[in-house]
Amino acid sequence: MKKKQVGSRRLFLKRGSVLALAGLAGIDIVFSKHLPKGYVPLALHSDDPFALFNKHKEMSLLNDRPWNMEAQAHLLDDRITPEDRMFIRNNGLVPENIDPENWQLTIEGESVSKPKTYSLQELKNKFKHYTYQLTLECGGNGRSEYNPPAKGNQWTIGAVACARWTGIRLRDLLADVGIKGDAVYIGYYGADKHLSGDESQVVISRGVPLQKAQQDETLIAFSMNGKDIPLVHGFPLRLVAGGWPASTSGKWLNKIVVRNKVHDGPKMGGASYRVPCEQVPPGAKVPDEDMCIIESMPVKSLITYPKTGLMIGEGKQIEIRGHAWAGELEVAKVEYSIDFGATWRACTLEKPVNRLAWQHWKANINFPKKGYYEIWAKATDENGVSQPMVVPGWNPKGYLNNACHRIAVKVK
Amino acid sequence: MADNDFFDDLRKYFHALVYIMVFMAIFPVVTYWAVSRKDSATDTIEEALEKPENEVVDGLHVASGLIADTGYETVLTNCTKCHSSKLVIQNRASREGWESMIRWMQETQKLWDLGENETIILDYLSKNYAPEKKGRRAPLKGIEWYELED
Repeated sequence: MKKKQVGSRRLFLKRGSVLALAGLAGIDIVFSKHLPKGYVPLALHSDDPFALFNKHKEMSLLNDRPWNMEAQAHLLDDRITPEDRMFIRNNGLVPENIDPENWQLTIEGESVSKPKTYSLQELKNKFKHYTYQLTLECGGNGRSEYNPPAKGNQWTIGAVACARWTGIRLRDLLADVGIKGDAVYIGYYGADKHLSGDESQVVISRGVPLQKAQQDETLIAFSMNGKDIPLVHGFPLRLVAGGWPASTSGKWLNKIVVRNKVHDGPKMGGASYRVPCEQVPPGAKVPDEDMCIIESMPVKSLITYPKTGLMIGEGKQIEIRGHAWAGELEVAKVEYSIDFGATWRACTLEKPVNRLAWQHWKANINFPKKGYYEIWAKATDENGVSQPMVVPGWNPKGYLNNACHRIAVKVK
Repeated sequence: MADNDFFDDLRKYFHALVYIMVFMAIFPVVTYWAVSRKDSATDTIEEALEKPENEVVDGLHVASGLIADTGYETVLTNCTKCHSSKLVIQNRASREGWESMIRWMQETQKLWDLGENETIILDYLSKNYAPEKKGRRAPLKGIEWYELED
């Protein structure tokens, strides 16, 4: 098998080589003596992330250390999200020099009968393969709309994707290892590196209750859209738990722990991926013990065609379309409004290709007269719960904004 | 002839000098090209090196994108060692909000004691990156209008 690195590129150049190159080129980096050790000036430390990670040029770069990038709605028009339109969410640094030949996955923790380690090849050979299209959405997708603002990457609407993942069922793996009767939760560990440079510090280690871990669709995936998982999306192994915050789908997976209590790795506690158990007023301080872990993501939809900003002639009909998803649930209905939510009309909605895959919807619409319009889309899940038209209940870290997506249209 | 010998010698030296100068002019360029090729990030480095690192244009520090107000150098030095300045720029918070982020980073992300720089940083952030009043749902903004094709 091939050895995958970040091509021959380097994610971060060493300070020495930067200064050496600057010297060769006869350019002095002003104030270079003030730079902290190991600090690489912003303009020099990154390669082109669009080339590096094979991303569409219209993706929005939110952060370059760590790398975070989101799509725009119109980029997500495909039924199966291609690699180049899939959002990137990292808490740490992308690992380098991954060697799939020697990659191992260890299953341990207080609730396994006996720890067991598998090579990548063993996992592929020993267990049956399954393929599902799975919706992965960042828990903080939509954060930018909260008021008072929440800290972190200011995702708008593009931190969602629905690719086809192939792998083995976590359930089959756990059965092979043997777990104890007191097992209630699993946690993952991956090979990403902490931003502080401290090799011993775990970047993120989240997980899901055993019940979610044992669903048919919860995979230890080795392939995305029929190819090896792209490096930035978790090569060579990724835990994929569709319908839950994408932070439960651990990348560069090298260890799973089976726990007899809720997993307590970094980003499982405090305000991370947790919301107030009972709704609080905007801006409230919420003690840790009153925060609850986010499980299934809420019902949501996107208008992926047309792109916002469309100008059309009076009397023209257009097709609008997009996707809708509802975490663990199925979407029962999608409606659109062209009058700021005063009236709603039904869209045609398809069934999901499999459980936890987003569903496609469309409608043909006419505009009654000239003017500025907004098209709003609103999905309703199988329990009758709909997307709100304004930003939903505030929470300290700005998670779970599933307000209706809106696009602008002018009829001339 | 002695004179001719002298001029011949001079010509030789002159030629040698020219060769040396040409070599000196080309060598760093070739070496730079080779080294940057090896790092395989040629364009980025060249482009980056062409940018004056600490230039301030329209009130923004070009390399980081930070607002070039009092204290931005302190922010640059203390905050962008671990994370990008992009993370600072896209966030908005009150003084208390920024302070709580610093505490969180100190408790969980190995941020050091900022000492007297903390006041400078908080002054800078709470002034330049304060919350905007956007209500419960802001108007759509940044729309690029286009005509329907076909």
